[in-house]
Amino acid sequence: MITLVFGMLLVLVGVWAMLTRKQIIRIIIGFTIVDTGIHLIIVAIGYVKGGTAPILDRAVSELPAAAAGVEALGKVVDPVPSALVLTAIVIGLAVTGLMLAYTVRLFKHGKSDSIDDYEEQKW
Amino acid sequence: MIKNILTVVAIIGLGWILYPLLVDFETSTVLNPLAQEYVKGSAADLNLPNAVTAVVVTYRGLDTLGEVTVLFLATAGIGYFLKRRSNKKAKQTAGSEILQTGAKLLTPLFMVFGIYIFSHGHLSPGGGFQGGVVIASGILMIVLAEVNFHFSHLILQFSESLSGIAYVGMGLAGLVLLGLNNFLDPRYFLPGNYLALFSAGAIPVIYSLIGIKVGSELASVLAAIQQDGGEA
Amino acid sequence: MLETIALIVLGVVALAAAVFSTLCRSTLNAVIASGVTSLMASIMFLLAASPDVAMTEATIGAGLTTVIFLYALKHIRSSGGGKDD
Repeated sequence: MITLVFGMLLVLVGVWAMLTRKQIIRIIIGFTIVDTGIHLIIVAIGYVKGGTAPILDRAVSELPAAAAGVEALGKVVDPVPSALVLTAIVIGLAVTGLMLAYTVRLFKHGKSDSIDDYEEQKW
Repeated sequence: MIKNILTVVAIIGLGWILYPLLVDFETSTVLNPLAQEYVKGSAADLNLPNAVTAVVVTYRGLDTLGEVTVLFLATAGIGYFLKRRSNKKAKQTAGSEILQTGAKLLTPLFMVFGIYIFSHGHLSPGGGFQGGVVIASGILMIVLAEVNFHFSHLILQFSESLSGIAYVGMGLAGLVLLGLNNFLDPRYFLPGNYLALFSAGAIPVIYSLIGIKVGSELASVLAAIQQDGGEA
Repeated sequence: MLETIALIVLGVVALAAAVFSTLCRSTLNAVIASGVTSLMASIMFLLAASPDVAMTEATIGAGLTTVIFLYALKHIRSSGGGKDD
């Protein structure tokens, strides 16, 4: 619950940063803050009250394999949101790197790093 | 002035969209049925302690294939946009004394730690992506410390392409050896004992290939960004 | 009880770092503040019982993303780029 509230607040702060800043690198920093906030929201949805990490070793149950799976059902959190957020963090890194490569190349061509000076490329 | 009003309206609108998720939210106390199937199946069918690894590699294996493809496309885009400086003009300043000594001591430890993380991905938290990033950080440390560390981009390209082909090849081997609807099914290798290192079918091999691929990709992205020196 | 207090403190620090990275004048401080936000988020992931996600966010968010931002900032600064907003 607390994680959910802070995730939503981070999304709002990040969108505000994307909308009001003029330098291109600040806009990209706002994008990474939005990304972090959304990941917090997704992980907060998968939480089970009083649960532990979904790794079924001796700490969760002492039985051999097949029975360990059944006994651990009451004690672990949901593994599916963790897997989705794992993928999303790596893709966020890839998209941020690509945006920064665009920024460096755009700056060498246009000699200005404020987004107001690139109006000629709108149509 | 009108821009400020529109910004405030946009943020209030976004808050109003997110609000219904917060109002009727109560933390669940039992797992939903799909998660129960995945947790039971990961212990019984696949012999795998880490349920998140089971979801990432087997049950949602096509998503992982898509993610590896997106990472490859982004690396290709970054390499296209940033021109490589020619090797005649070397880097001007070396790192300080502390950085050089520390890098020589710590880089072998980084490599061993990264290989440990992705090879034990099925027994403890970790896996291919985390181990690959740790290996790329080790390579970054030695690039920052030495002045004339010439990077052989050919080795990085070979290791990245070969691990990508081997990953898809292992998925297709599941298709061939186990019947026609089992792409990326890892059960054709030896199952082994529960909690041993060589267990759970082909999953350690698949995760190690993903770890090598991600590590070489990120190392080549870091090398490209550091050496950019040309005009447009 | 202790976990609730820890989550609230981490959340407040992450939010304060995000607001600081938007409002400060120097771009270098903004990049480092976004690294601090990712680090606090990684500890919040650990307290929500997902250690895989915590490891990934700590290495990628507070590690590689900050390094790539600093390299891009160096290339823009060395060609005469701006410093404040």
